Amino acid sequence: MSDAKKTIQDTVEQNRVVLFMKGTKNFPQCGFSQRAVAILKECKAEFKDVNVLSDPAIRQGVKDYSSWPTIPQVYIDGKFVGGSDILNEMYQSGELQKLLNPAS
Amino acid sequence: MTRQQSIQEKLTLALHPSHLDVENESRMHNVPAGSETHFKVVVVSDVFEGLGLVDRHRRVNAALADELKAGLHALTIRALTPAQWTAEGAPGFESPPCLGGSKS
Repeated sequence: MSDAKKTIQDTVEQNRVVLFMKGTKNFPQCGFSQRAVAILKECKAEFKDVNVLSDPAIRQGVKDYSSWPTIPQVYIDGKFVGGSDILNEMYQSGELQKLLNPAS
Repeated sequence: MTRQQSIQEKLTLALHPSHLDVENESRMHNVPAGSETHFKVVVVSDVFEGLGLVDRHRRVNAALADELKAGLHALTIRALTPAQWTAEGAPGFESPPCLGGSKS
């Protein structure tokens, strides 16, 4: 397993919600990443942000990891959930809130 | 052929959509005038019947894999079944504002 793949796997296994994005949650550098941050914050989700712009191996590695060609990417409970469009659709339908807060 | 035409052709061949909108949104982004880097697509096809959002988007991404490798930088997708399209259309499907990260 490559270092990047191992790092990605460890990150999504050790954090319940992970957002691979351009920039950081406090300073997003892409509108799609910013929208993903805003949705997760709106859902009051604790999440780990990984800035792919600071590591080219992770930037490519995360595209390979889930065979998904674009950033941002959201993982919940170790599973790939989708990019910004999917997150937005799941938020609009309420499905995302259920996935993030199964008890409520 | 422009990338816009190429995207239209590839999606038509792969997914036989009953409705297809391909919009070049590159002008909204931090790229030179006339660029074909950022696109938004609405694809309505019965091949999406019974598929979740991730699998629907995978079908679209797969049809455009060569474009994504060759400079198509951002692809925002709404993938609907004909029944969904008739019932709801694609309301609120707007791309977020650019934050300038394309060049990073």
